[in-house]
Amino acid sequence: MAVDYTTQTTGGIGDAVLRKEDRKFVTGEGRYVDDLKLPAMLHAVFVRSPFGHARITAIDTSAALALPGVHAVLTHATLPVETGVLSASNPGGDVRHPEQAILAKEFARYAGEPVAMVIADDRYIARDGADLVHVDYDPLPVVVDAEKALEPGAPLVHAEYDSNLVKTLEHVTDGFDDAMAKAARVIKLRVDNQRVTPMPMETRGCIGDWSDSTGEVTLYTSTQVAHFVRTFVSIVCGTSEAKVRVVTPDVGGGFGAKLNTYREEFAVCAASHAVGRPIKWIEDRTENAVATIHGRAQVQYYEAGVDDNGRIVALKFDAVQNNGAYNMLLTPSISHLTLFMVPGLYDIQDISIRIRQTFTNTTPTDAYRGAGRPEATHGIERLMDAIADDLGIDAAEVRRRNFIQPEQFPYSSATGLIYDSGEYEANLDKALELSDYAGFPARRAESEQNGKHRGIGLSTYVEVCGLAPSAVTAALGIGAPGWEHSTVRLHPTGKATVITGTSPHGQGHATSWSQITQTELGIPFDDVEVIHGDTAFQPYGLGTYGSRSLAVGGIALYRSLGKVREKARELAAHLLECSIDDLEWTGTAWQVKGSPDRAKTIQELAYAGWTSASLPEGIEPVLEATTFHDPPNFTFPNGTHVCEVEIDPETGRIEILNYTAVDDCGNVINPLIVDGQVHGGIIQGLGQALFEETVYGEDGQMLTPTLVEYLVPSAADVPPMTLSRTVTPSPSNPLGVKGIGEAGTIGASAAIVNAAVDALSGLGIRHLEMPMQPGRVWKAMQEATS
Amino acid sequence: MGQSITVTVNGTVHTAEVEPRTLLVHFLREQLNLTGTHIGCDTSTCGCCTVHLDGDTILACSTLAVQCDGSEVRTVEGLQADDGALHPIQQAFHENHGLQCGFCTPGMMMAALGVIEQQPDASDDEIREALEGNLCRCTGYQNIVASVRAAADQMARS
Repeated sequence: MAVDYTTQTTGGIGDAVLRKEDRKFVTGEGRYVDDLKLPAMLHAVFVRSPFGHARITAIDTSAALALPGVHAVLTHATLPVETGVLSASNPGGDVRHPEQAILAKEFARYAGEPVAMVIADDRYIARDGADLVHVDYDPLPVVVDAEKALEPGAPLVHAEYDSNLVKTLEHVTDGFDDAMAKAARVIKLRVDNQRVTPMPMETRGCIGDWSDSTGEVTLYTSTQVAHFVRTFVSIVCGTSEAKVRVVTPDVGGGFGAKLNTYREEFAVCAASHAVGRPIKWIEDRTENAVATIHGRAQVQYYEAGVDDNGRIVALKFDAVQNNGAYNMLLTPSISHLTLFMVPGLYDIQDISIRIRQTFTNTTPTDAYRGAGRPEATHGIERLMDAIADDLGIDAAEVRRRNFIQPEQFPYSSATGLIYDSGEYEANLDKALELSDYAGFPARRAESEQNGKHRGIGLSTYVEVCGLAPSAVTAALGIGAPGWEHSTVRLHPTGKATVITGTSPHGQGHATSWSQITQTELGIPFDDVEVIHGDTAFQPYGLGTYGSRSLAVGGIALYRSLGKVREKARELAAHLLECSIDDLEWTGTAWQVKGSPDRAKTIQELAYAGWTSASLPEGIEPVLEATTFHDPPNFTFPNGTHVCEVEIDPETGRIEILNYTAVDDCGNVINPLIVDGQVHGGIIQGLGQALFEETVYGEDGQMLTPTLVEYLVPSAADVPPMTLSRTVTPSPSNPLGVKGIGEAGTIGASAAIVNAAVDALSGLGIRHLEMPMQPGRVWKAMQEATS
Repeated sequence: MGQSITVTVNGTVHTAEVEPRTLLVHFLREQLNLTGTHIGCDTSTCGCCTVHLDGDTILACSTLAVQCDGSEVRTVEGLQADDGALHPIQQAFHENHGLQCGFCTPGMMMAALGVIEQQPDASDDEIREALEGNLCRCTGYQNIVASVRAAADQMARS
């Protein structure tokens, strides 16, 4: 690794501190939802539609109910709910939002849609019971392909609409037509950003516990967004938010799959109400493949108008987004994030964008790591290579000629964003140096002597992160804000409780938030306890997604720490009998300027604030502060990834020889954690580039429902990575941070595909679609050489 | 119909009634409350449920509890020393940031221990090959390989 640091067990901002979360996980004492048992708890298994599209004509539950140990079989007719699943996303205000019943009402519109729910003493009996539920289906015509779904006469996923169109997003700048007309040449490219499945190692699962005596509903669920779930459970189940408590125990990965509100979460609550006992449901892996959201699934058509120097003077982007059978929490907004990022980090002011979203008879798509932005990055980075190829310019050079320059920041993009900061060329230079880009031709020659095709590929990216300014979410038709909450409370012992609305599931917030607290308030790392994961203790929050936790939640914490520090200052001035202007902050104490003997440590002030024996006028007891931080702008992490591959002409297998990533996520709180995020992100992008694809047959059957067919990369499939950083602090927040959770995934796929296409360019190959499994690559080579 | 089995788990002898179809992983989790062994798939492909059975590395999701009658099982809960000190593999995963969400970690550590015992001098590439049955979606494996390497070195020294 190119980033050097020494790990340590405690520390402040910038230190590579080992995680305080780790011990429970390495000892097996992590508590995931399936590890929880409640008294009298029963188990649920769902009966799911085996058809991609069908009318449900009858459901016979008698045989299941007769099975000893089965307590209930619930269907749409008997599940006590007020409404169906709700979406919070309506960009433009005219999105088609069809009803999505908790259990299918009359139609099943994708294979895996829940139709009935069996409640039994244990999961084995519930499974047996599910096999005894007899459902009569009348199969209906199916459409799975998004482009075919828009053709006249395509089967209608929802018969109440006259087409499968969900919504068209459009954005055309005034000068576009003129600019495109003046282009020296137009370069076209079609890119299929295939459907993929998030596949967190922990599937979803939940326990609903509805108390009849108090009317309180407690839902334990594996989610990234407990507070969204709380509000939606209260609406769907017809109760008050104040009666709903959502607990997120340890969560075994999310990647956007758990940034949602799912039918099963409502169903276990309603079923608990119906049966009068707690109900647990744990998703199995095949259910996870069909019942949890998918990502990507966007077909893109690019037309770049370029001048003779390879400068893009106009860009047209026309895409079709496969939304699946229904809109989930944010589905219609995901391709809006694509729209935002169509120009990438290039200075393109004349632009035409159209994205048509469609219904199909497939599992709904929604946010998957990067959520709309990997699609934009992959496409434009493929396009840059196509332009370089067409004009005979080096791939790095064509990017340089189009980059937004450092003096252009803050930069107003053609899609309406204000990019905060970046030095794209300096970042590129560092990546080229680390990857020995200049030495590549010699390495290629060496590979050729060994009968292998060698290629090198670049991906330069910028992403929009720190979701989100609430005014922007409102303008986008998202019926939810983008702020984050924190509370900091100092105890009489001088130790601190930090309550955060973020919802970590592997990101190490307890560690990073403790580091920020140590630096900003002087409370030692080990004396900070970070609380999250229970709406009873964190009254408000919006959760963890969109690389927002540090850039929004971290700033909410930073501001609360500042408020506590200032309150402590007033208390110190009172106790030291001086003016607050006479005091200076030492990092751990307030002291009279130049008089170290006249000082109060933060711990002394915490105790004095608690005892309240002598408080200044107008100051309330206890050093505690709360902040709701609404970010003034997004943040814009960026970077360069360089991938070098060798392809075996006999098998089509791609071997990654070197992978270098130079990321700019602004200031870094914990380099160890940042690197971990980049590693994991890159390998998810690599998975999409090389292996992963969620495949449907024309009949609507999913052909990749297990980890046997759906190829998640293993340790043996992936290369070691070389990481480095450049730092341009974000001016949008006081810590200068940008976010890193999605960067690796956003940058990776194009670098790998560009490397493979470069390797095969000598055969005349100009483009490869993902996933570049050996068979596909081998076939492309055969076609090129025949 | 229940069947009586006697299994030694992490040094403790357990005699219990199980259904013949009960999987070892459910026996461990539901009957013995040893929830450190996780279930990530149902098709023997993810490795989350990896435990040791009579010294061999096996998948508890595709082993029946009745098959383990008379056997010794070791799970993640059996790694720590009696005084609470972490096993070198646990310490190495912590020190090398070899885990994020932690869900694959118990299975990954049990599989890694098997690798270290079989091939104490395994190269990084051999470690990668040997762990290919254990999936992790968070780390990209780089720090897992570093963790296993560090644990192997530590165990060789001690």
